[in-house]
Parts: sequence; C-alpha cells; structure tokens
Amino acid sequence: MKKILYIILAMLLFAGVAQAITAEEILAQVDENMNAKTTKSTARMIVETRRATRTMSTVSYAKGNDIAYSEYTAPAREKGTKMLKIKDDLWLYDPSTDRVIQISGNMLKQSVMGSDLSYEDFMDEVELAKAYTATLQEDIVYDQRNCYVLSLSAKTDNLAYSKRMIYVDKERLVPLYQELYAKSGKKLKTMRLSKVTKINQRWYPLQVVFKDELKSGQGTTMIIDEILFDIKIPDHYFSKAMLRK
Amino acid sequence: MFLFVLKGLLRDRSRSFFPVLIVTAGVLVTVFLIAFMSGYMESMVRQNARFDTGHLKIVTNAYAEKLSQKPYDLGFIETEAEFQQWQEDFPSIRWTPRIYFGALMDVPDAEGNTLEQGDVFGMAIDFSDPSAVSDIHLSEALVQGRIPEAAGEILLSEELFSKLQLELDSTVTLLGSTLYGAMSFRNYIISGTVSFGVHALDRGGIVTDIEDARAFLDMPGGASEYFGFLPLGVYDDDAVQEIKQEFNAKYNDEDDFSPQMLALTDQNDMGFMLRYMGFALGLITVVFILIIGIVLWNAGLLNSIRRYGEFGLRLAMGERKHHLYNWLIVEGLAIGVLGSLIGAALGMGVIQYFHVHGFDFGVFTKDTSMMVENIIYTNLELKNLLLGIIPGLVSTVLGAMLAGIGIFHRNTAKLFKELET
Repeated sequence: MKKILYIILAMLLFAGVAQAITAEEILAQVDENMNAKTTKSTARMIVETRRATRTMSTVSYAKGNDIAYSEYTAPAREKGTKMLKIKDDLWLYDPSTDRVIQISGNMLKQSVMGSDLSYEDFMDEVELAKAYTATLQEDIVYDQRNCYVLSLSAKTDNLAYSKRMIYVDKERLVPLYQELYAKSGKKLKTMRLSKVTKINQRWYPLQVVFKDELKSGQGTTMIIDEILFDIKIPDHYFSKAMLRK
Repeated sequence: MFLFVLKGLLRDRSRSFFPVLIVTAGVLVTVFLIAFMSGYMESMVRQNARFDTGHLKIVTNAYAEKLSQKPYDLGFIETEAEFQQWQEDFPSIRWTPRIYFGALMDVPDAEGNTLEQGDVFGMAIDFSDPSAVSDIHLSEALVQGRIPEAAGEILLSEELFSKLQLELDSTVTLLGSTLYGAMSFRNYIISGTVSFGVHALDRGGIVTDIEDARAFLDMPGGASEYFGFLPLGVYDDDAVQEIKQEFNAKYNDEDDFSPQMLALTDQNDMGFMLRYMGFALGLITVVFILIIGIVLWNAGLLNSIRRYGEFGLRLAMGERKHHLYNWLIVEGLAIGVLGSLIGAALGMGVIQYFHVHGFDFGVFTKDTSMMVENIIYTNLELKNLLLGIIPGLVSTVLGAMLAGIGIFHRNTAKLFKELET
C-alpha cells in the first residue's frame, strides 16, 4: 500500500513538473526546432492574385537568423534574381540589368514578388525567446493538435511586429499558427504552419501559408521541398560577390 | 420716368453718391470673386482631366474598386482589339492609353551598386501620339533636356533630379513589380526633366513611353486606364454622362476585368467639388445681396428722414403712397444700375488683368494633393459679369423696398400740421 502511495505521489509530482513548464521554456524549445546554425533549402512559393496564380522556386542558404542568401530558379522571368541579407542590410541582384540594388527604408515594407510577405518579413527572422516576452494563455486544440497559446510582446521597438499570438504544438513544440500585430494592436498577418515532419532530431513545418490581413486574396503558400540543417556552407555564399556570379 | 429719376439722383449727390459707391464696391468684389472661383474651378477640371481623370476614363471593374490607389496590376492587358472597337464606337472622343505605377528609382555608382534611391510615381503616355504629348503640356513642362525619342528614355521631375544631383543622359534603374507581382528591373536614360506644377508629379514623378512601361510591368498591349477627351477640350457633364451610360450598357458586366467607363465627376470627389463650388458661388451672391441690402436699407432710412418733408409735401399734394413707394424703388433701381455698371466695368478691368497675368497659387497648393494649376487665371466670361450685376440690382431694390415701408406709416390727416412746424 505504501508503495502504491509513493507511485501516486511521484506521478503527481511529475504531472506538477509537466504543468509548470514556463512560456519562456516553450519558446526556447520552439526556437531550437525552428532555428539552426546553417540551413539549405529548396522551396516553392505559390502566390495567388486576382489575375493569376504563380509559382516561384528558390534555393536558399542561411547562417543563423542574420545571414541568408537566396536565388530564384524559376519561372524564367525571375530566374537568376538573387537576394542577400546580412544583418540589417538587404541586397537584390537582377541579371537583366546586372544591378545590385540595396533595399531599405519604405521599400522594406513592399511585397516580395507580389506575395503576402514583405522584405521586412525576411529581415525580421529572430529567435523568439530573445526578442519577445511570452505569456502563457489558455490551451487550445488547433488543427486536431493540443496546443499552448503564447502571447508575445516585443522587448525592443525595432521589430516589425510588436505583438504575436502563437499556437505551439504541445508534443512537437513547433508553432502551428501565428498572428502578427502592429504596435497599434492591428492584426497585420497570419501564418498557418503544417506538414510538420521530423528531420534529423527536430520537428519542422514544411508548409506555411502567409496571409497579409490588409490585402484581399488567398495568401501565399511556401512549400519546402527539401531542407538540410547544420551543413557546411562556404562563406563566399554570403558575400556580395556571390550576387553577380 | 427712369431717366427723370436718374437725373434727379445725379443732381442731388447726397442721395446718390454713397449708395452708388456701395453698390459699385459690392459688384466689383462679387464679379471678381465669381470670375476667380470660376477660373479656379475650370483650372481644377482641366488639371484633373489632363493628369488624372480624363473627361472620361475606361478602367476594369477591379481597378475601379481601388481607383485612388491606381492598382495597375488590375488594369487591362492585351486589349488592342477592344480599344480599337471603343474608338470606332465613340469616334468623337479622343482616346489615349495611360499607365500609372509606383517604383523605386535606384541610382548606381561606378560599380553598379546603389548610390542613391528614391520612390517615384510613374506616368506612361503614348509618345507616338502628339495629342497625348500635348494633353499634359509636356513641351511647356520641359525644364531641361529633351522629350524621349527612343525606347528606354524617361523624363524625371526637376525636383528629384536636383535632389539626387543627377546629370542628363545618366542611367538609373527602376525597381517595381509586374502586373503579376513579380520583381521587375529596368535601366532607363534620363533624357530631360519636367515640372508640371502638379505637386504629386513634381515631387517624384517620371514620364515614360507606354511601350516601355508595358515591358517593365509585363502588360503587353495593355493600359491601366484609357483616357477620353471631348472634341472641344471643354468638360460637358451632360454629354459625358450620356456616353458613359451607352458604353457601360454595351460593355460592362460583372467580371472583375470587364471595362467600365467613369466620368470626370465620378473621380477624385470632383462631382462633389463642382457641386460645392456652385453652391459657394450661390452663397456669395446671396450674402452679397443681404449685406448690401441691409446697408442700403439703412441708407434709405437716413434718406427718408432727410426727405421727410419732401415726402410729406408730395403726399399732401395728393400723390398716392403707392406711387411714392414705387418712385423710391425706381430710384433704388437707378442707383443699382449705375453702381452695377460702374462696378462691372471696374471688375472687368481687374478680371482682364488677372485673366492675362494670373495669380501665383503655388504657395497655397504646395502641400495639398489637389490637382490645381499653380497659376490661376480669372474667367473672362459675360455670364460672370451678369452674375455680379444681378445682386447689385436686387440689393438696391430690396434696400429701397425696406426703407420705403415707412411711407405707408405716414398719417395723411396730420401732414399739414407737420408741414406747419
């Protein structure tokens, strides 16, 4: 009898520990799944407008969240267009004019290739635990998965989105849904993440639907066809010289 | 009788000088204000028609929904055949395609990297059509350089050109989005600079050929808007509404990209503005009548006191009150005619001066989005003179009628007694 009581007590203690997971800990585990030292991915971006649906293909290389290089491989009009991000700077290269153009200021808020993503969205890839203060809300079932609901407030003023609402899959600790807000409290964008797949030791969503809430339309779907984590990428991939190659 | 009354008035300066002076001043101000507002209104219509609305405009249904944003991605593509048909259907209207677009202008350094950047607002017109070029007074707006003669040449606003310290024939790159939202880059040579007197365009505008814009924005055979101009170049809302109804009944349906015709008054709140201006002109006239009427009423009352004896004597001699009252009204009318003619003549001189030289209104329109020419010219039309004269006449008659009521209060039985004193 005593033994059974010990077991029950132990189970209750474990349950207590499990429930006591903090918002910061959830966020840290989300960051661990979503970020890597380096990544290489091939992806398709499907943009739906009132006139047509377009699909663009890219190959991207990234080092952490600050450095990234992408090249558009299809369709023909966009093929060869390259994008390089180094910390707060963003450059575009266009083969038809052989020009390297720096994107800054107001232009960062413009849509990328007619999608629901802005250049600022590319610049704003941050580790959530470092950039936001999180508060745990009431749990929710989303997309048939039990989820934590976290309300995030930016720690600094220089982020594109000062508030976020994020649903995190309890079991796999990846975000399944995000709402992105302006300082005024206006909802600017939503993200629906799906096709969560185990790659190496991490769970990762291979499909994201971005929706600019200020625009009409169906949103932009990003499908990752292949992604490799923590591989060796030569440094020259992240230099301006690479743009003209 | 009128001439007799007029002679009497002119001989007795105390009866005529002050009222004529008031009416003259009032008519002068009114005639000038009406001519100025009318000139302002015409300037607004002209400028909007040239740069933004046409007298008529054909856009897609989807474009019309967001008209103020000028969403060229919702414009027409491959509509050469349709455009040809519209021209045949409405031969009296002169049609021309336009594309309006926004882009980032990037100035390269020697190595092709970004040196300077600026947002630009692009207007693409058909350079092969001389009327399309003269529609926007391009030759007059040219500050330096020349109008583009070859593909890949643009005109840049003089303001932005100076700000970025550019040189003629230098190459810049435009970065924008195609009709389908894809990134678009294109190098252009600056062939000249322009200043239209339209703030939005002068701040950061470029003018390019429609074919260049079609290639840049991936809009083959398309346009964001087709402008239509009436044959005499003067806006006539009745005629425009008739054409609009006919076109929309024939071509417009529920499809997003179905053509829809808009009148000038359907755009930029121009309908409201024109109605408001008409109302304001009416209001000025009424206010003038009231103010001058009250002043002349007062002058008439003073006059009645001064002429108390004269009126009493005339009534005592058997003149009827109605006759005397009418006499005063005719006197008022004579003053009105005289004052109005002098006021209108002086006003005509002032209007003529500003009709030729104009007012520099650029200081007031600098920070507004309203499309008005920087120089406003007064409108030299006979109807504006008449509109100023009418309140001059009405107010003097009204003043005399109010002041003359006192005649009916005179007691005939007491007249001789009054005359004895």
